[in-house]
Amino acid sequence: MLMAASVFLPLLGAIIAGFFGRLIGDRGAQIVTCTCIGLAAICSIPTFADVALHGNHHLVHVMTFLSSGTFEAAWSLRFDTLSATMVMTVTCVSTLIHIYSCGYMSHDDSQPRFMAYLSAFSFAMLMLVTSDNLVQMFFGWEGVGVMSYLLIGFWFKKPSACAAAIKAFVVNRVGDFGFLLGIFAIYYLFDTVNFDTIFEAAPGKAESTVTFFSHQWHALTITCLLLFVGAMGKSAQLFLHTWLPDAMEGPTPVSALIHAATMVTAGVFLVARMSPVFEYAPSALAFVTFVGATTAFFAATVGCVQNDIKRIIAYSTCSQLGYMFVACGVSAYQAGIFHLMTHAWFKALLFLSAGSVIHAMSEEQDIRKMGGIWKLIPFTFAVMTIGTIAITGIPPLSGYFSKDMIIEAAYNSGTGIGKYAYFMTILVALLTAFYSWRLVFITFFGAPRADHHTMEHIHESPLVMLIPLGALALGAMFMGGGFNHLFVGEGREAFWHEAIKVLAPHDSIERAHQEHAPFLIHHLPLIVSLTGLAIAYWMYIVRPGTATRIANAVPGLYRFLLNKWYFDELYNFIFVRPAFWLGRVFWKVGDGAIIDGLGPDGISNLVGRTARRLGVVQSGYLYHYAFAMIIGIALVVTWIVAGQPGVAP
Amino acid sequence: MMNAVPDFAPAFPEIMLVLAGMVFLLFGVLRERDSMQLLTGAVIAAMLIAGVLILRQPDTGAVTFGGLFLINGFTGFAKLLTLGGAMLTLVLINNWAQTAGTARFEIPILVLFATVGMLLMISANDLIALYVGLELQSLSLYVLAAVHRSDLRATEAGVKYFVLGALASGLLLYGMSLVYGFAGTTTFAGLATATASGGNIGVLIGIVFIIAGLSFKVSAVPFHMWTPDVYEGAPTPITAFFSVAPKIAGLALFLRVLYGPFGPMLHQWQQVIVAISVLSMAWGAIAAIAQRNIKRLMAYSSIGHVGYALIGLATGTLEGARGMLFYMLIYIVMNVGTFACIMAMRVNGKAVEDISALSGLARTRPMMAAGLAALMFSMAGIPPLAGIWGKFYIFMAAVNAGLIVLAVLGVLASAIGAFYYLRVVKIMYFDEVGPVIERPNAVTGTLIAVCSVAMLAFFIVPSPLVDSAAVAAKSLFPG
Repeated sequence: MLMAASVFLPLLGAIIAGFFGRLIGDRGAQIVTCTCIGLAAICSIPTFADVALHGNHHLVHVMTFLSSGTFEAAWSLRFDTLSATMVMTVTCVSTLIHIYSCGYMSHDDSQPRFMAYLSAFSFAMLMLVTSDNLVQMFFGWEGVGVMSYLLIGFWFKKPSACAAAIKAFVVNRVGDFGFLLGIFAIYYLFDTVNFDTIFEAAPGKAESTVTFFSHQWHALTITCLLLFVGAMGKSAQLFLHTWLPDAMEGPTPVSALIHAATMVTAGVFLVARMSPVFEYAPSALAFVTFVGATTAFFAATVGCVQNDIKRIIAYSTCSQLGYMFVACGVSAYQAGIFHLMTHAWFKALLFLSAGSVIHAMSEEQDIRKMGGIWKLIPFTFAVMTIGTIAITGIPPLSGYFSKDMIIEAAYNSGTGIGKYAYFMTILVALLTAFYSWRLVFITFFGAPRADHHTMEHIHESPLVMLIPLGALALGAMFMGGGFNHLFVGEGREAFWHEAIKVLAPHDSIERAHQEHAPFLIHHLPLIVSLTGLAIAYWMYIVRPGTATRIANAVPGLYRFLLNKWYFDELYNFIFVRPAFWLGRVFWKVGDGAIIDGLGPDGISNLVGRTARRLGVVQSGYLYHYAFAMIIGIALVVTWIVAGQPGVAP
Repeated sequence: MMNAVPDFAPAFPEIMLVLAGMVFLLFGVLRERDSMQLLTGAVIAAMLIAGVLILRQPDTGAVTFGGLFLINGFTGFAKLLTLGGAMLTLVLINNWAQTAGTARFEIPILVLFATVGMLLMISANDLIALYVGLELQSLSLYVLAAVHRSDLRATEAGVKYFVLGALASGLLLYGMSLVYGFAGTTTFAGLATATASGGNIGVLIGIVFIIAGLSFKVSAVPFHMWTPDVYEGAPTPITAFFSVAPKIAGLALFLRVLYGPFGPMLHQWQQVIVAISVLSMAWGAIAAIAQRNIKRLMAYSSIGHVGYALIGLATGTLEGARGMLFYMLIYIVMNVGTFACIMAMRVNGKAVEDISALSGLARTRPMMAAGLAALMFSMAGIPPLAGIWGKFYIFMAAVNAGLIVLAVLGVLASAIGAFYYLRVVKIMYFDEVGPVIERPNAVTGTLIAVCSVAMLAFFIVPSPLVDSAAVAAKSLFPG
């Protein structure tokens, strides 16, 4: 009952606020949605305790979703440690964001719609994480996609918001297509889409192959790669990441909820959920590691030179997701999920603080036009600093534990790709510290760069926004230390049970605990993080202007980073423009000239012309008519006689 | 044997109608004042009695007058349809004559005689009897076309109809003489025996001429040229009569002749009917598109409908005959309703015939527009209105008889034809309000309502009508 409530209450809230928003008004919609999601969050905590801490695995059957021949997909809620963790994280963070939105969106004129979208999104995400089979998961997966489309394009009168929404949807569809193919492959191999059956059968399929393009392929590798394509789309990994920074066109709470805390983590969740299959596809795992590490590096470099406060955080999200995939790739799924959870808290905190800053700066998002405001909005400054400490991995805040675990696991994975990942993640830790502190220093310190009009208006946000910030700050501070033992420490066996499967030779976390790495290796993440802090401090506080000099010194590199490695331009050239060209050809030539021209238009022209000609025949003269009759009968008789050789005269 | 008194009973309805017609004629001549109103009532009453008499005739059928006259289930059904069409249009004619001030007592009597001619045609069991019935009908119709003597267009229509009708009669007679010359008999039964062995080319040519003559009467392409001019020129309710009763009688006669005496030669004449059918459907659909006058439009529409009905004839099967009868039944109702609408198209006391006069009718006369729209949708064959069912049974019969190409062409033609029916609806509903059309009077208003509701409600209880058409068609196939 509690479990069903924690999943379906947000849906109820969304329905009430969405369909009866006008009836209950802005305030009513806020109260209903916040109450529903809040109750869901409250329900999720005892569930988490029951499932994760006491080890009771539950399966709540709701109804039969699809049944066709041997194909069965039930609609049920699967509660194991993995999904209980996700449900708790999603509902708690979502609740805080709902409350924050009440303040942040208070000047908007369609608040019930916004609140309904937020709740519907939460429901879709819960559907995704509690699914018991791949089809139900796909339902949640697509629901999340649709809601993110609606939320990014929430201000649909802004052309850039519409473009960003479409971009997010289309890029996600590319990933979804891979996910679908993955589901097909699973069904082809296992003859079912239910997790339990798949997981049981997976070891038996470890050696099986499929023939594709007259070549033998390792079946599970193919399957896992396809599933991972879906994960790459949703989690904005390299090549399918372009939608995430643009998605910042949505209202800031959306960025916080979708593009930091929940939706983008769906890909990580998918890989963790499918760990019993991925474990038998080492090549796929290597690929996951590679993509994760590369994405982390790519996004971090781009984040260093951006100037839009939300874009910096967006690239930081992209980069942190790379960490999570590195964890999954080196079989440290637990560390990945752990980082997912801590990240959800501190990244939501960062986004919402950024929203608070934007709110204070009269909707200004460019950090170059801020500065010197920390005394004016001290609370926002404080929580944003907490978030920054957390993300840069400085103990004892949460990011330290989860990120450190990932880096250690990568070091101990014992594979070549693991070494690459270790190197990359260390480098990224440095970059992360640099750009995160750069953001804080430029935004809050130095001389004010905004005009005096804006400066006069700077004010701390209302309480309804500050309370969620405070709560998230608490989470960012204590989630890591509090759950370290359970998620990746000694207690992890009892905690995860069967939810995540790691083959003994792959268990990098175990090795990280067993083998004592050299002191330097062990503390390297912290050292580089502090180094990043120091560099940022020197560049932006001690010697402001250094950054400009460096940019001028290497203009090529600077532009390369500023333009996000030119991915958008490349895609525009390779995909978008040819697609438009092809569409135009089909439209103008295929549809307009050929189908319409020869089809409807052509026929109707022909009929019209014939009609006018027949009208001419109808002259009104008696002898014309008589002539037509005689000619007609002459023709018929001739035809009959000529065509009837068998009839004797 | 020949001297014996023939059995009059099977022909009672016709005899009664002829006697009544003569009495009415005397009455009309002798009476000082014009008595059209009164005589219309009397003629309708006589027709009703004739209808009751026909209903009471034995199902088994009978032959009398030395084999010249035949009744059975089929003739009964066709006669009832003809009488029904005649009565409905007579109501319209009377209504028009009273309002237009052209009341003449001869009109209902001419309608009566024309109808008797049709009934005789339907019952004809000999080529000579066929011709007598046909001429009685035709001569009455020629006069009816020109009954509005002072109107130039009406007289022109009458002359054209008469001259071309005479030509058609000549073709028919020539065909009959050829048949008689090669087969040696004019009785249907004798001809059936003579052609049973396959017939010969002389008979076949004779059949083609007979087909041409009958095609003229039902206005099938290429013997249709008179139709638009006569329909346009004749007074509107007379046109309504032309478009209903003679068509039924002509098509029934077509069925009787081709399925009876010439039935064994199906494979020889079938292609002619197919060709005429295709031409009629195509011509009716395409030529109508360019029309601006609604009566000419209806002329082409009726050409097209005859084309569809001829599909049923071309099959040579029971199913096809049933489909054709059923098609004609629906056709009568649609056409009477539409002509009632056309009669209601009056602006400032004057009748208008241009389609554009209907502009914006939906806003000025919403009920009339809705009625006409239902009728037009039905004509175009939009489900679930009645028109689609007529077409459905016809096309099904064609498919089952192996005439798939014909069925496909029929569907294509009805798709093209839908254009001009729907254009009328578009003009009524989407165009700017044009001249304000007067409120339909009680008679036309009632007819519009009844016919359009019948179109809408038909699909609720189709089976009794379909069944009775099937029973009637069965008597065409003895044994």
